[in-house]
Amino acid sequence: MKLTVEEAEQMYEEPETAEAPKQLDGADVLIETLKKHQVEVVFGYPGGAVLPIYDALHKNPIKHILARHEQGAIHAAEGYARVSGKVGVVIATSGPGATNVVTGIADAMMDSIPLVVFTGQVATTVIGTDAFQEADIIGITQPITKHNYQVKDVVDLPRIINEAFHIASTGRPGPVVVDIPKNMATGMFVVKEDATSEVNLPGYQPTTTPNFLQIQKAAQAITIAKQPLILAGAGVLFAKASEQLAAFAEKYQIPVTNTLLGLGSIEGNHPLFLGMAGMHGTYTANMAIQTCDLLINVGARFDDRLTGNLAHFAPNAKVIHIDIDPAEIGKNVHTEIPIVADAKEALTALLEQNTPNGNTAAWLESLHVNQAQYPLFYEASEERGLLPQQVMELVHEYTNGDAVVTTDVGQHQMWAAQYYKFNQPHNWVTSGGLGTMGFGFPAAIGAQLAKPEAKVVSIVGDAGFQMTLQELSLLQEMRIPVKVIILNNQALGMVRQWQERFHGERYSQSLMPIQPDFVKLAAAYDIKGYKIETYEDAKKQLKEALASDEPVLIDCRVVQKESVFPMVAPGKGLHEMIGVKPE
Amino acid sequence: MKRIITVTVLNQSGVLNRVTGLLMKRQFNIESITVGHTEQPQISKMTFVVNVEDEQKLEQLLKQLQKQVDVLKVNDISEKSIVVRELALVKVVSPPAVRAEINSIVEPFRAATIDTGKNVVTFQVTGNSEKIDAFIDLLKPYGIKELTRTGVTAFVRETQKVHSTQLSILQ
Ligand SMILES: Cc1ncc(C[n+]2csc(CCOP(=O)(O)OP(=O)(O)O)c2C)c(N)n1
Ligand SMILES: [Mg+2]
Repeated sequence: MKLTVEEAEQMYEEPETAEAPKQLDGADVLIETLKKHQVEVVFGYPGGAVLPIYDALHKNPIKHILARHEQGAIHAAEGYARVSGKVGVVIATSGPGATNVVTGIADAMMDSIPLVVFTGQVATTVIGTDAFQEADIIGITQPITKHNYQVKDVVDLPRIINEAFHIASTGRPGPVVVDIPKNMATGMFVVKEDATSEVNLPGYQPTTTPNFLQIQKAAQAITIAKQPLILAGAGVLFAKASEQLAAFAEKYQIPVTNTLLGLGSIEGNHPLFLGMAGMHGTYTANMAIQTCDLLINVGARFDDRLTGNLAHFAPNAKVIHIDIDPAEIGKNVHTEIPIVADAKEALTALLEQNTPNGNTAAWLESLHVNQAQYPLFYEASEERGLLPQQVMELVHEYTNGDAVVTTDVGQHQMWAAQYYKFNQPHNWVTSGGLGTMGFGFPAAIGAQLAKPEAKVVSIVGDAGFQMTLQELSLLQEMRIPVKVIILNNQALGMVRQWQERFHGERYSQSLMPIQPDFVKLAAAYDIKGYKIETYEDAKKQLKEALASDEPVLIDCRVVQKESVFPMVAPGKGLHEMIGVKPE
Repeated sequence: MKRIITVTVLNQSGVLNRVTGLLMKRQFNIESITVGHTEQPQISKMTFVVNVEDEQKLEQLLKQLQKQVDVLKVNDISEKSIVVRELALVKVVSPPAVRAEINSIVEPFRAATIDTGKNVVTFQVTGNSEKIDAFIDLLKPYGIKELTRTGVTAFVRETQKVHSTQLSILQ
């Protein structure tokens, strides 16, 4: 049933009430509903179709961050969501505003980041006529959202917003788009005082409590395993289950490895932690996967960058997979013990089983031998110049492992993942599934807004930074004290590395010798900049820069011909790593 | 392997798009699809015939469908005892000289003549897909001028065989 605005008004007017009922337009209701959901900050950019919403925001303010590009707004919202654990809220206008957030929506979908994205739309009376700034954002975002809505009747607006927040933040989190035609934002209706924000979604009932029989099976498997291994992914972080993870690993003396997105779910210096696994994981972690007899996946989705060639993956392992999304279980890797649940509930249930420990001493000993024999390494010398790994080690040292670290995508991302050891969870913000260049810097802005007291360091490449550096305006305007550290190799480093290895050193379109002067660029935004060229420089300047309470940009000129190792080449199994030892 | 899958959905706008878009995104081949209202006004039922490689892919398909917010229920009814029906309209060349012959051929199929012209006749036939295939094959030699099929819709029978295997959605 489709109502016109007028019909809707009539339907909901209750003339018999003595007091004049509260009349609001759709835009006011939107802002009111956001407040009900305790939204503290929204990231956006105005335009014609959202003028009524911006007008309502002016009258009834919520902190609004005016990014300089909608992509910047949505990545900032993602950074905010990751660090705060809350829903990131974005507003963009119709047409180009909406299409500019598409990359961020896809990124949030891949990495399960809770977002509610409001897009403006042309009025319902002209939808389908190719009206000015009309784009079918519902059609465009349908495969890259957890769910999406177009408001077709203003009375549905509060219900839709409540559902959007519920869907975005529960179960496996993800982005929800709410498309608001302009006449829905201006449409009036009478607010019912008893309006509830409870939702009724019969088709959406995520399972959070584990099946008891499966928990028992898992506990038995853990007791008899000689070489068990935990693979912890971002699901542990979404469930805020880091404590339970550590308790579980310690109780049963099971070593832990992480996916890229799972970093921080266990302390980086924990004696049972083997480092990250996957394409650029540690030798010890990958070999542990290949030799374990029981693989306990908690909240990871067996992505191809983690598994390498599936035909060779974990050949001896029985697999327990704990995931809140049943569709991830058995998708890539055959699973003997599936547990559909919230990671915290499942780990708690496993701990409560209190089954006897298996003896893993010999297994742990063999892993320690690998760790000692095959540590991460790099070959530094004064002649070679500054190495990106050295910069990462210094960043770790000067922030004591307590910083919030965001990255862009490329070599610098892998070095950050390898060398920064997190003391706490929820301090790591990176684009995993989509691998979105341009993500890291705006994400840092959102992260800093979520944790004003934290030291936020954004590790970016010289190329990816140039995709969204317009957001330096936000640091200038709001004095947001993000520390931008460019690992500047004057190259699309990760592309260059693959061309060196797999394309006969033909560096097609991957070297960028001509660059802006990043220090001057920072100055143009009234931000202090440093250029660092040697290790000695790095020690001095990084320390100073990282101690500052102001926004800072640090251009680290690092060796161009440095590759990320160790590495599992594409198509290879995890046991076929290259670059595990100095040559 | 060919599977018949029914999907009960909330009648929201765009729900058909969501479901077919999902199958497309995950590289599933839809052979046929029918959609219609159910006895409840807010609820529709879709019936898909899909070709999947193996059990693992099938399980993935069912789980992905189940994940959609507007999807209430997903059932793979291929192994159950079911009533399957499809309808076809077939316009066949039928000059007076062979009309009696054609009529005798279609008779066992209980096809209805729904339109007749000087040299053509249009039949309506219902049944499972195999029956319709057979019907079409028999008429082919006479010359089929036009053909349209609805795709399959299906119903689970009241009485089931005792051991019908069915993949559960969860675990
Ligand atoms: C939007 C986008 N375009 C292209 C790519 C492919 N890509 C992956 S890494 C990379 C190079 C990144 O260079 P830079 O930002 O300087 O980082 P580095 O690898 O040098 O550390 C490219 C082009 C991508 N991931 N994202
Ligand atoms: Mg670079």
